[in-house]
Formats: sequence, structure tokens, C-alpha cells
Amino acid sequence: MLIPHPLLGPRDAQEFVCLGDARLIERPDPAAADAEAAFCDYVFLRDNPAGVHRELWFHEHGDRSWLVVTRDTVTHAVLGAELARDVALARVGRAP
Amino acid sequence: MTRLAGGLIDRTQTVTFTFDGTRYQGHPGDTLASALLAAGVRLMGRSFKYHRPRGVFAAGSEEPNALVELGSGARREPNSRATTVELHEGLEAHSQNRWPALSFDALAVNDLLAPFFTAGFYYKTFMWPKAFWERLYEPLIRRAAGLGRLSMQADPDAYDKGFLHCDLLVVGAGPSGLAAALTAARAGARVILAEEDFRLGGRLLAETGTLDGAPAVDWVTALEAAFADLPNLRVMRRTTVFGVFDHGVYGAVERVADHRRDPGEGVRQTLWRITARRAVLAAGATERPIAFADNDRPGIMLAGAMRAYANRWAACPVDTIAVYTNNDDGHRTAVDLLARGVQVAAVIDARAEATARGDYRVIAGGAVTGTRGRLGLSAIEVRSDRGAERIACGALGVSGGWNPNLHLASHHRGRPLWDETLQTFLPDAHGPAGLVPAGAAAGAFSTAAALSSGAAAATRALGEIGIDAAPCALPEAEAAPWRIAPVFHVPGRKRAWVDFQNEVTVKDIALAHAENMRPVEHLKRYTTLGMGTDQGKTANVTGLAVMAELTGRTIGETGTTVFRPPYTPVSLSVLGGGDTGPYFRPRRLPPTHRWAEAQGAVFVEVGQWMRAQYFPRPGETHWRQAVDREAAAVRSAVGLCDVTTLGKIDVQGADAAAFLDRLYCNTLSTLKVGRVRYGLMLREDGFAYDDGTAARFADDHYVVTTTTANAGLVYRNMEFARQCLWPELDVQIVSTTDAWAQIAVAGPKARTLLARIVDGFDLDNAAFPFMACSALTVCGGLRARLFRISFSGELAYEIAVPARYGQALMERLMARGADLGVTPYGTEALSVLRIEKGHAAGAELNGQTTAAMLGLGRMVSQKKDAIGAVMSRREGLAGDAGRLVGLRPVEDGGAVVGGAHLFAEGAARTLAGSEGWITSSCHSPHVGAAIGLGFLERGDARMGEVVVAANPLEGGSARLRVVPACFVDPEGGRLRD
Repeated sequence: MLIPHPLLGPRDAQEFVCLGDARLIERPDPAAADAEAAFCDYVFLRDNPAGVHRELWFHEHGDRSWLVVTRDTVTHAVLGAELARDVALARVGRAP
Repeated sequence: MTRLAGGLIDRTQTVTFTFDGTRYQGHPGDTLASALLAAGVRLMGRSFKYHRPRGVFAAGSEEPNALVELGSGARREPNSRATTVELHEGLEAHSQNRWPALSFDALAVNDLLAPFFTAGFYYKTFMWPKAFWERLYEPLIRRAAGLGRLSMQADPDAYDKGFLHCDLLVVGAGPSGLAAALTAARAGARVILAEEDFRLGGRLLAETGTLDGAPAVDWVTALEAAFADLPNLRVMRRTTVFGVFDHGVYGAVERVADHRRDPGEGVRQTLWRITARRAVLAAGATERPIAFADNDRPGIMLAGAMRAYANRWAACPVDTIAVYTNNDDGHRTAVDLLARGVQVAAVIDARAEATARGDYRVIAGGAVTGTRGRLGLSAIEVRSDRGAERIACGALGVSGGWNPNLHLASHHRGRPLWDETLQTFLPDAHGPAGLVPAGAAAGAFSTAAALSSGAAAATRALGEIGIDAAPCALPEAEAAPWRIAPVFHVPGRKRAWVDFQNEVTVKDIALAHAENMRPVEHLKRYTTLGMGTDQGKTANVTGLAVMAELTGRTIGETGTTVFRPPYTPVSLSVLGGGDTGPYFRPRRLPPTHRWAEAQGAVFVEVGQWMRAQYFPRPGETHWRQAVDREAAAVRSAVGLCDVTTLGKIDVQGADAAAFLDRLYCNTLSTLKVGRVRYGLMLREDGFAYDDGTAARFADDHYVVTTTTANAGLVYRNMEFARQCLWPELDVQIVSTTDAWAQIAVAGPKARTLLARIVDGFDLDNAAFPFMACSALTVCGGLRARLFRISFSGELAYEIAVPARYGQALMERLMARGADLGVTPYGTEALSVLRIEKGHAAGAELNGQTTAAMLGLGRMVSQKKDAIGAVMSRREGLAGDAGRLVGLRPVEDGGAVVGGAHLFAEGAARTLAGSEGWITSSCHSPHVGAAIGLGFLERGDARMGEVVVAANPLEGGSARLRVVPACFVDPEGGRLRD
């Protein structure tokens, strides 16, 4: 399985560690009134879709980038990969 | 007549080998099977269940019968197919599953009991008593019914693995594969051509048909020369592509040295992971037999195999043969063997309209109804319109048609489709993405069709990835149409074998049908059809045809079982790819490892690291003596310990302080430059995760440490926080664990020793107090970092130098501290010292404990957010009342056992009544008794109380007194002064 690293091109999946759902980027606001409930969902609950899934992969044996890899869990097709940092920056309204 | 004229063997050289201790001779180019046949040997093994005599049946990897043990000693390899074993000097082979000898096998009595050994026999017979199965029945059955024996010794050979990438992988180098590879390579694509045989050509080597009017082998030879000029083409002989995996990844095994007696220094086999953008499946086809009574005698083989032995290997074990066929191809065997001087007694053709293609007798519309011969075929019984007759012959070639080798095409749940015209299964369109079947594997059975199909497949596959490949000029070849009659078995009273290796007969399939085991998956598992080392390559389709006939359905409706990798057996050794023993995972050595070895250290694996556990001295007979001495030296003089393995992460940037505040539950931004602070990390779920120190070298520069075990994980999490959670922070991190060697210098004389190596650095307590850090130089200019931190509770420092100077620094400290009693200590003494001091380590930070339990609850800042801060305040965690305490035996000489649960005196010893557990224990030389650490409910309020430590698993219990979790210098004077 090859992962299309946005900086390094196609890399073997063995170089990566998979963490799971990319929604882990969306850490709740600790100051919110319902912070504890929101963190409970964030820490313990994950979707398990059959189909397109966005996942966090860490290029541990490579350049140590965290990537958001879009993958089809039914066909195992890798549909794309982007730097998690860019995704996270876009979330806080900043340009990469 | 045994060795014929011609063939593709090198008669200028002779190769000597043994089979069951008898010496034989063959030639380079022979397989074990061909050399034995050429020596007149038909009997090569005994069958699995009935111990019937068996001979070679096929000429390739589909062989079900001729399984042999190769080699001896640790190199003994059972269940090797004689048909694929390349002959080499000194080859040693033994037959299997016979006693005392191949020609006289005592367990052949099983054959007389055959009526009892039908399908499902074991399931029905050995039902009760239930306990007998594992203890009695199974061992007995395994001994009686068997294949080869394992050597039970470690594999002495080396294996390797490798990675390859290409535009086009061509599986198989027969006519279609060669045409595909040539087309693709000429177009400039990166091509890999993998062939399981040791010679390219496939069926071209086994047939007498010509290409452009010349022998086909001439074309192959010319092509091999042309291949040498194509650097973009990699030809891999002796390489079996055994499976298709996701994303165009193909698994292949290259038998690098199996054709040599001893691989020597090199590897024996290599596991290749081939990533191919496209692939052409040109794996050819496997002939299938027709089942008839007693069709398993040595001498009965596939007609195509008989032809291959005669044409390629110039081998025929007998003077007179016969052929039984339902298609035109069987006649080729008669024609070719006649041409080589073998007598053809008759060709029995199931088709009434069949005619001879040469000077031999044809029995049209005939069937073979029985055979004679105890250890080898002597005659066949034939029935036709003109009555029954017996025909003397020593070998019978059988052809029931050809099955495309479509296995790889069905590895991704592709379902083969039945073709009524060809009477065979063909690959469907839903196989692995990017895999194009070609040639006989796609049902193109004539040589001309195979050649053009291969070239067209390459053009099509490359066109999909934007490479324009024009089909190259192909030689003129035979283009005979494929004609076959659907005959799969000859009905009769006696046993007719379908699966030779697993002893499945037509009767067994009928029994499965009668007992309603009719779906193909049930049929397979009930009868074991197709479950041998050959995976039923010659048996499956015939078995399905018989079941289809019984159920009245078509073969297409009956369907096939699912093919899975591997295509042919793959040894576990090569799947390991050499990653065994010390190479199972990386082994990391601290900078002082070689020095420690020279000191006679005993080592222990700590994660990937090899760490010195203790340094025994002459006269010390028990490890405790060394550990007690080392711990005492630290308390009374000075000790040295390589602590390089602790994770070190360099954190720099304008927001370094803010970043660390969000990672650690306590505040690190208020740390002054030149100072060190203990830091505790939580997991996002609020539990304690890891601890270490943070040293601030500049406003924008920290060095933090982690535990040895979590070094990689903490770094990964820090990168996650930096890139995914707070990408707006200006901070960079890098792991420097391997860059700096770090040595703990601990004990009351630590300052005296260090003063002898620093370059004028002021170590005075006022200038460099407890929890200070600084960059400095030592030993006359060597760049270093010094931290005044203590894990042992003594006056202690950790000094770091670039890793390549680690060993030199250790040697210098040992030399300069000799008069101070300097003593190296290992991980055992390190552990004793930290338990005495009550410091938490892995056993306390086990993922079940909170900061409060560790006695560090007040460290969790309530003023700021950090990973785990919100969840650490949730009710369940905040309410956990366990607290870290020290434990001492009440009785003199009593023990403290780690893992034991703690109970109030008199309480029931149930899990519900457990009030905690012991995390760490040791003998304390300082206290002079056993001590321990553990978590105890409300433990901080129970000092002096006696609790019971119970060990229900191993039995035993002890009374322990609860004491503060610090057994040495609780005021901390030693480490501060």
C-alpha cells in the first residue's frame, strides 16, 4: 500500500503509523461550558464508516509529518493525502 | 527405454544424486522427477491415507503425488515437489509416509480398510469419549496419515526481502508472457518478468511445435539475448508470484539458492514485494485428469506432463505407453512420443468421432475402466463399442482438458466463469484492479493465440497508464482450434481418484452429496478436496464437475471455492525475510555498550535497547550481591550509569514555553533559564502518561526528557500536538535521544569527581544548585550539558556529551574517580535507588493511575489548559482514592511481592475487597530489608497501618506496614547540599 505524501511522493505504508479518525484534529474548546462532555466524545467516540474515511497517519520512519489520508475502507483505495498541519491551520482560519 | 534422444538437458555434464539412499545420475537441466523417470523410477511416494504406491503425476508445481523430503539435518525440507526440484550435485531426497520401505509399506493395510475411511470418517468415528480426541485419536491419526517430517531444528539458512517497483509485472514466461514482456519492454516501460521455472519458455519448452518454422526454443534463446539489451526489463527466474494484495502489490518468492547444495554465505530465498502499476497474468494452464477406477498407479500421469518429460527432459520410464483423452491435445502426446521412439499401444479417445494423427491405434468413443500393476502400471482395461479389452502398457497419459491458472485473478474475490465451449473456468472481469489475464490463463490455448493475447494484454495494460506500446512482430505458430468433449470421470464400482494428495475419490464426492454437503465450500471441507499442499490444482474442477453431475446443475452454477494466496506453498522462513532471532527488531545499543561488555556487564532488553543490568565482580555468585554493592556505592561514594536511553526532545521557538505548558499538566513557562523542573504529562483521557524533566537553556530553548519506554510515543504525540492541535504556535521539535550520550553521576562524591573533568566550571552549590542546568565544556573543550537532577536521592548530576564521546567520557570518569571508589551501576541498582526514594517509574505510570494517586495532584495546574486537564477533573478520575505509599514487612525477613493485592486485615480476599496493589519491590540495602511501593485506598491517611498483601495466583500472603513512599532522606538534604 502506497501513501501519496504531499511532499515526498508515494511512500510505502510501512513507513507510517496510523492513528485513526482525522477528527482528532478537532480538539474541543476546554473553556466551553460543556467541555467535559465534548472531551468525552472526542476521546472515546469514533465513527466507523464503510466507505470514504479521513484518517491521521504519521510518517514516523520518514519526515515525521502527520498526514490526513482519505481512504475508502471498502475498496482500500487511497483517494488522497494532505498535510495535517494545513488542515489544522485551515480550521483556525489561517493560510498554510 | 528410459533416456530418449534430444531434450533440453546438458549431456556434457553428469550430476549424481540419491533417492532413498540409492545413487542415480542425471544432467543439468533435469528436475528430480525427470531424472528419476529417466532412471526408470516410477514409484516415488506413498499416498496420504491409504498408503498406496504413487508416482509422479505432473511436470510442474501442480504435482500432487511426488512429494519428497530434501536434504538432511537442519536442512531437511519435507513435502517438496520432485517436479520443481532442480537437480544438482549431491542432492539428497527421500520418499515420505512409508515404513519400512517405499516398496513395502506396512501401513498399506489401510488400503484394505478403505471402505471405512470415506469422507467424514474422522468426524463420525472419533466423536467420543470427547477427551480422547486430543490425547489419543489425533496423535494416532497424525502419525498414520501424513506427509513429511519437520527437522525440528532451527533453519540454518539466511533469507532476505526486497522491494521492487515497475510499470508492468508479467507473471509467467511462456509464449504469452514473453510476448507481453517484449511488447512492454520495447515500449520503454519498466517491466518485471517473473517465471517460477528455472528456464524461460513455459510450454514452449515442452512442445514440438515450431515458431517461424524453427524449434520454439530457438526463439526463446534469441529473445533472452534480446532481453539482455533491455535495461528496463528485469527477468526473474525461479520466482513465483504467489499472491495479489491491495494497491497493485504482488508477493513473490525467488528461490535464489535452492538449486545449489549449500547457499553458502548468500541467501537461500528472497521475499519480494513488487508494486506494479499494471500486471499481466500469463501463468498458463494446468491439465486436469479424467477419473477412472484405480487411476492412481505409478506410471499414470497427465498427458501433457508425459509429453513434457519426453520433449524437454528426454525422459520416459517405459517402452510402451497409452493415452486416454477427451480432447485433441492428448493426441500430441502420442505423436511426440512415437517420434521419439516410444511405442504407443493405443490412444483411447472419449469422442466417438476421434481419428488418429499419426501411426497409432485410436479407440474412439472408448474409456479406461481399470488398471493393473502393484507398484507400477502394467496394463489398462478399456471398454468401447467393440467390447472390453486389456492393453499392456507401463505408462498412461491422461488428458481431461486444461484449467487456466487464474488463481491470482481471483485473489480479490474475482469469481471464475464457466466457459461451455472450452469446458473450463475463465477469469471474470472483477479480479484485482490492473491485472490483465492473457494466454492460456485467459483461455487462449493455441500458441498463436497465446502470443497475440500476451502482446495485446501488455498494450492494453500500458495504455491504461499512458504508455503507448505497439504490439511487436510475433512469430508464426500453430493455431489449432480447441476441441474437447465434457468427460470428467468414468462411472464404475471401484475407487476413482479425483484429488490424489488428499485421497478424495468420486465415491467420496457422492457420499458428500448424499449427506447434503453439496455447496462447494461444504464439499471442500467435508471431503478435504483441494486442501493439500497442491491446493487441488489438478483436482478441483473435476470434483466440481462430479458434484454438478450429481446435483443436476451446471458446473457454472456449482461454482468454485475461493482461491487465496499463496499460489504455491511459501515457507515461513522466507515470509520472515530474515527478521528472526536478533534481527526480529532493531537492537539499539547505548554509547557505552562496548565498554560495559568489556566490564562483564549482564544486559537486559529494555524496549529495543540493550542496557547493562548489573556489573558482577569476581567472587560475586548471586546477582543481588552485585546490585547491593552498586546501590551502596551510590549512597556512600559515587556511581555512574548510562542513562542515554531516556528520551530527549529538543524544543525551540518563540512559543516553546507556551507549547510545553499545553503538553505538561504543570507549568513550565515560568521556569527560569538555567533551571530544570520535573514535568508530568497526562493522556487526553486524564490519566498520567509519562514523566521527565524539562531544562531551559534559553527563553526559546528547552530540552525535555521522557521515560525510555515512551520516548518514541511521546515524540509522536508532541508532533501531533504541534502539527494538528496548535499549528499556529512557533515551535520546532526534534528527538535528540541518539545524539547525546548521557551519564548519571550520583553519590556524595559526585561533585568531587565532576570537578576533575569540567573546564573551570563552578560546581559550587550556590553557583550550580539542585535543579540547575548549563551548557559547558569538559575534558579540555568537549561540548557538554550538565543537569543537577537526581533519581537516586543523592547529590547527583547527569552529564551529556555528543554520542560519539559517550564511551570516552565513561572511561575518563572511571579513571579519574578510581580513588573515590567510583562504581558503574546498572538498571537493577537504578531501580533499587529509585524505589528507596519513592520515584515513580513504568510500574506506577501504567495507564491506570492519576496524578493524584501518584501524590502529584497539586501539580495539575487549574489555571491553564493542557492535554488531559479537562478529563482529569471528571468525577470518576478525581474520585480515585488510591495513593502511592511505601510498604515494609511487619515480620523480620518478610518479603514484598510485586503484583500482590492489598487488603485490610481480616477482609475477604476478593477482587471487590482489594484496596490496592504493589507496583514495585526490591531488597533495600539502605533499609536492610525488603521494601515496596504500591497504591492503597486513602493510603496517605493510613501511615503506620498494617495491611495484608495477598498473592492468590501463587498463593501466600504477608503483613506489611504502610509507610511514606520515601525510604531515604525524606527531607531531601542529600540532593540539595
